[in-house]
Amino acid sequence: MTTLNRSIAPDFKAIENINLIKPQHTVLPNGCNLFCFNSGDQELVRIEWIFGNVRFDSTKPLLNMAVNTMLTDGTNTLTAAEIADKIDFYGAFFSTEYGFDHSQVTLHSLNKHLKEVLPIVKDVLSDSVFPANELETYVRNQQQKLQVNLQKNDVVARRAFNKAVYGDTLYGMAVEPEEYNALRRDDLVTHFKQMYQPSNCTLIVAGKIDDATLQQLTSVFGSDWQNATNVTVTTQPEVAAATEKFYFIEKPDALQSAIRIGMPFIKRDHPDFPAMQVLNTVLGGYFGSRLMTNIREEKGYTYGIGSGISSLKHGAAFFIATEVGADVCRDAVSEIEKEVNLLKSDLIPQEEISLVQNYMLGSLLGSLENVFSHADKFKNVYFSGVGYEYYDRYAETVKNITAGKLQELAKQYLNFEDFYKVIVGKY
Amino acid sequence: MVKFNRFTLSNGLRVIVHEDNTTPMAVLNILYDVGSRDEDPERTGFAHLFEHLMFGGSVNVPNYDEPLQRVGGENNAFTSNDITNYYITLPAANLETAFWLESDRMLSLAFSEKSLEVQRNVVIEEFKQRYLNQPYGDVWLRLRPMVYKDHSYRWDTIGKNIEHIAEASIEDVKAFFKKHYNPQNAIMVVGGNIKTEDVKVLAEKWFEPIPAGERYNRNLIQEPEQHEERRDSVTAKVPLNDIYIALQMPGRRSGEFHAVELLGDILSRGKSSRLYKALVKEQQFFSEIHAYLTGSLDKGMFVIEGKPLTGIAVEDAEAAIWQEIEKLKAQEVPAEELDKVKNKMESTMVFSEMSLLDKAMNLAYFELLSDAEQLNHETGRFLAVTAAQIKEQANKLFRKDNSSTLIYYAETAE
Repeated sequence: MTTLNRSIAPDFKAIENINLIKPQHTVLPNGCNLFCFNSGDQELVRIEWIFGNVRFDSTKPLLNMAVNTMLTDGTNTLTAAEIADKIDFYGAFFSTEYGFDHSQVTLHSLNKHLKEVLPIVKDVLSDSVFPANELETYVRNQQQKLQVNLQKNDVVARRAFNKAVYGDTLYGMAVEPEEYNALRRDDLVTHFKQMYQPSNCTLIVAGKIDDATLQQLTSVFGSDWQNATNVTVTTQPEVAAATEKFYFIEKPDALQSAIRIGMPFIKRDHPDFPAMQVLNTVLGGYFGSRLMTNIREEKGYTYGIGSGISSLKHGAAFFIATEVGADVCRDAVSEIEKEVNLLKSDLIPQEEISLVQNYMLGSLLGSLENVFSHADKFKNVYFSGVGYEYYDRYAETVKNITAGKLQELAKQYLNFEDFYKVIVGKY
Repeated sequence: MVKFNRFTLSNGLRVIVHEDNTTPMAVLNILYDVGSRDEDPERTGFAHLFEHLMFGGSVNVPNYDEPLQRVGGENNAFTSNDITNYYITLPAANLETAFWLESDRMLSLAFSEKSLEVQRNVVIEEFKQRYLNQPYGDVWLRLRPMVYKDHSYRWDTIGKNIEHIAEASIEDVKAFFKKHYNPQNAIMVVGGNIKTEDVKVLAEKWFEPIPAGERYNRNLIQEPEQHEERRDSVTAKVPLNDIYIALQMPGRRSGEFHAVELLGDILSRGKSSRLYKALVKEQQFFSEIHAYLTGSLDKGMFVIEGKPLTGIAVEDAEAAIWQEIEKLKAQEVPAEELDKVKNKMESTMVFSEMSLLDKAMNLAYFELLSDAEQLNHETGRFLAVTAAQIKEQANKLFRKDNSSTLIYYAETAE
């Protein structure tokens, strides 16, 4: 028997095929688009009702968020307490989620309880009334939550950065606690009626979708649910970045400073987007990234640092974010600058590129944990206005990327002097 | 139902295999039976610091992360008061890389001074980021020593203070490794698109040659029952007042645990829960209120935490909490309400089977508790709880002389 040589890594295989489950698409009689991901392993489903946000009005900035969050607060026939009791009794999970482009409600339920639970969702989506007392409670509680969040340096940095990069839009909105006082019930009701209707809804179902489930969904959300007379206006004001690029918000007692650095960026539908994701991964997109290696693992300045690209419907941003010891904040910023510039001055070694290639493909494969993840992959492309060929292009780009191409992209897109820089804490 | 096979290597390492061919991935999870409760009171935060050092290179493999990323894998770890858990997910075809990496660091670390120095700094920054530079971030540093007077749960996983981390030496690291990082002190779960016989071959190849090491016999001082009300308060730079009430509760292996967990759900799970309905919505004392439990192996904490609304006196808000929990002592929970929390628990268990990693971690944890098979009986345990048992637990727990109350007062601006 040969002795084991532990210093030699075992052989490994490159990832070749990534198989994505594609949905069954149906347009329901009321115009609602239904996408189904059927996988019968467990007797459960996740159902998402996704609505385009109504055009941002800077005089009433909170409406999209408030209407979404308050959807479970009462209808003409059910109080907030009754909705909660019923949903919980059937062991279901019902949540609202406000996003920059879309807002949604999500239901997780065992199939056996769907016939009881779906009518509650229907009631919420078609007949919410935003009771005055619930609105008071909402305003009070949100104000308190916001007060707590505004004490967190990373939150303050993110708000300042988004405001600088996205301007006066849903993306850049940075409200103060007192602005909640301006919420009016009438505005909520009007907003609700305009936004939450079948023609503005994408319905995505993942899990066990048997005939009974499909039939319940189609009848409750395809026929019984009607459009309002007016069409939802989901166009948005132009994103315009600020001219000022440096923001220092001083917190004299800070032990750490939050840093957020970056700029407006290309969106997912841009031909360079997949290659930029490779470059981003090298810089700050995984544990072994250059920023983590330098600033955490070599210098010990931080618990974590990362970079990313957030691609939205009407804009995108590249960002680097971290919280570092207040005494080393300047050093950290100059190390970040050094790492960005290094991508432009020096070719990335082939060894590092092949590592990132394998990591990214493994991570794509690993992100497909279950049928819900396949639905999530679909949402990424569907709402970005690109098709499934995006993933083929992504995988091909990752496999074939060269050092020369990455350097070229770094020179074109990553100019540190053009970056917006936000520091919250000490500098 | 999570099916699995099991075997034990000659050095005492327990191996559990869960075959799941619905995924192209595999997961390798190793639970070490060591947590911050096993630390020297003068060297707290060490189990967690040690977890960071496990990524600083092992005896034959200088870099842990890089070879794993190269085969498309990812990893992470966490430390609690009770356990330290490491996990890898990677394409199933490359499973052997996980065996290679995990077995080498179980065999021996590189014990690099440089790695120790850097990770001390990283953990100190973690201490600042999560515990000191956040509003209410230091709550566990304050509350644990109130609840525990003798047990080593009296300090948090991060440690009592930054100095303990700064003073850790390489000798401490070596001694800790020798004492706790042995095959017989670990449970390995391998799951995903793999076959038990292949896992057996790999386990014998990579893990069986590791010496069994010495067995660690845990002999912790158990926390005596509490018989006096404990109170403390702090005025801090926080925006709102905050009330924490912690009550001693039975450990995770106790037969009473499931009733207590449902008690927590009745009080605080979701918008239909009692504390939310009564104190946030109806009486409007709080902007938010939660109850949760630590699920510790030894005597745990049942915590109720709420931020009173501006203008509400802290004493009134606190009295309102007690008024609500007194009801659970006086009257049995109605059948429908009990069914509700049981139904929720049941679907939570079903949904947790959607995640391969969750299944692997759960198998390892239940094996530590008693036997991995018990994971499949857990839902049944919750369903068997009666209203009478919940009332009994409420009476045991919700006593002023079993409580430790910590109040944060918001520093008022001049």
